[in-house]
Amino acid sequence: MKLSLGNLLFFWPQQQVHDFYDHAKTSIADTLYLGESVCSKRRELKLNDWLELGKDISQQGKQVVLSSLALLEAKSELAVLKKVCDNGEFLVEANDFAAVHLLSSQHIPFVAGASLNVYNQHDLQYLYKKGMQRWVMPVELSKDWLSDMIEGCKELGIHKKFEIEVYGFGHLPLAYGARCFTARSENRPKDDCNLCCINYPQGRHIDSQEGEELFLMNGIQTLSGKAQNLINDLPHMQGLVDMVRINPHSLESLTWLTLFKQNMQGKAPVSTKDYCNGYWHKIPGMSLVG
Amino acid sequence: MELLAPAGSLAALKAAVDEGADAVYLGFKDDTNARHFAGLNFNDRQLNQGVQYAHDHNAHVHVAINTFAHPNRAQVWFDGVKHAVDIGANVLIASNIAVLEYAATHFPQLELHLSVQASATSSAAINFFKPFGIKRVVLPRVLSFQQVANLKQDTDLDLEVFAFGSLCIMAEGRCYLSSYMTGESPNTVGACSPAKYVRWNDTEQGLESRLNNVLIDRFQEDEKAGYPTLCKGRFNVDGKITHALEEPTSLNTLELLPKLYKLGVCSLKIEGRQRSPAYTRQVTRVWRQAIDSVMKNPDTFHTQDSWNQQLAQLSEGSQTTLGAYARQWQ
Repeated sequence: MKLSLGNLLFFWPQQQVHDFYDHAKTSIADTLYLGESVCSKRRELKLNDWLELGKDISQQGKQVVLSSLALLEAKSELAVLKKVCDNGEFLVEANDFAAVHLLSSQHIPFVAGASLNVYNQHDLQYLYKKGMQRWVMPVELSKDWLSDMIEGCKELGIHKKFEIEVYGFGHLPLAYGARCFTARSENRPKDDCNLCCINYPQGRHIDSQEGEELFLMNGIQTLSGKAQNLINDLPHMQGLVDMVRINPHSLESLTWLTLFKQNMQGKAPVSTKDYCNGYWHKIPGMSLVG
Repeated sequence: MELLAPAGSLAALKAAVDEGADAVYLGFKDDTNARHFAGLNFNDRQLNQGVQYAHDHNAHVHVAINTFAHPNRAQVWFDGVKHAVDIGANVLIASNIAVLEYAATHFPQLELHLSVQASATSSAAINFFKPFGIKRVVLPRVLSFQQVANLKQDTDLDLEVFAFGSLCIMAEGRCYLSSYMTGESPNTVGACSPAKYVRWNDTEQGLESRLNNVLIDRFQEDEKAGYPTLCKGRFNVDGKITHALEEPTSLNTLELLPKLYKLGVCSLKIEGRQRSPAYTRQVTRVWRQAIDSVMKNPDTFHTQDSWNQQLAQLSEGSQTTLGAYARQWQ
């Protein structure tokens, strides 16, 4: 199994992004996802900056994939998405069917991102015919669901025709909203948000009134309050999963790449107290097995 | 401009048709239906009666098979499509690629509407689904009026919008908050914050609502306790107890009606298949009057106070809002 590093879901200042990638580009990740998938107003790095960064990283022998916006509303966002899809150099992770359309209508291969509603082998077959090279499983699905899909793919003769990637570590994207939750939490309207999410580099916590960690607000996105950690589930992914993704929320997240690599066969398990892994085990996502 | 009313039961269907709905939408009693709640929806006998009743009164029936087919029993969804055809449904509302492809291949005459659960918010996303032969797109409630207007220019497909009812602040079909807490989501089982996980506890600190044991809200005696849909809970954000995601308000677009009409929106959808037949009756009655009035003369249309009063009584939290439609976003 290969390891990937997800694109930054949080909004960080430009220098912090560059510092992060100075480390990330020499990490053991096989694939790096780059770019903005949450909010089009976040422009500390513009598309050209991401492309420059991508060139630099790909010279290290790593695969670079450009992640695209998950929720498109404005025409201007569609125009940016077109530029991402037409970049001509890097594979694109389509996080909305708009991107799948823009890419497939030009016969450009793509990665089908986790926010696309793909729940069965028939969906996979349709997207495979459209040029899907890799499928990232929706975060709410389990090992059993994945196994059923793979069985279905075998029946359809599309097993192993594309890679399968699973989110292994990090806060899980759970929802995309009409409003900016972070701006709202500061009593700012969305269209005058002052890009205040830059003040919450690891998201803003939403806890229950009893202090239970529930969610993280990250602009228009709601993330899981706990980070998911499937490190001890890696041995059971063999034969099902081709790539496991680490979603960074800090520079320290990079150390999990090494820890994951060491435990691929289950030889170096790690305590996952305070994390969750429920989705993989077909129970509530916030739960922890093991 | 069509008035499309919710039919969570045969009684609700009849109420909607009696009050002048042009069409009703409904679903089967299984997880192909994004309103798969205990005590709701139609068995075979009720389906046949309902379709007959609607057609006898010149109303159309839209069948929603709008969840996502499970890999080990996709045939259930495909059989659902066939069932919809067999009972004489006028329209299939679907969101899943597998379901749309099956319907387009096997029943090319069946009119297809792209469900709101497909989250198609742009012309490019609509174009992705176009090869299935869809005629109409149900737009997610995340778009502003101007964004709806832009889409109208950029697609030749018909547009249906939500006009009234419970307000989903997340892009529909893309919210896993419910499965994060309970293991069950709209996409996988057809229910958000399922009732079997709900508990109410009377405590010294107030009436508590819990979902799978997580405290969603706490109500004082003078407060109206709402169903613990988890995005409408009161949570702690850095010491402040607040509706961190969503206030418990409802969507009401009455005052936008002339603009929606002039824009050429083809259908107004009333949310609420989970609500009572009395709700369906009253809300359909008000919207029938409003739509008749706007179609007579959109320039002299004005919202009658009595309409808003009647609708406010039916609303969650008794407050209504224009939702995202009111935003100035382009």
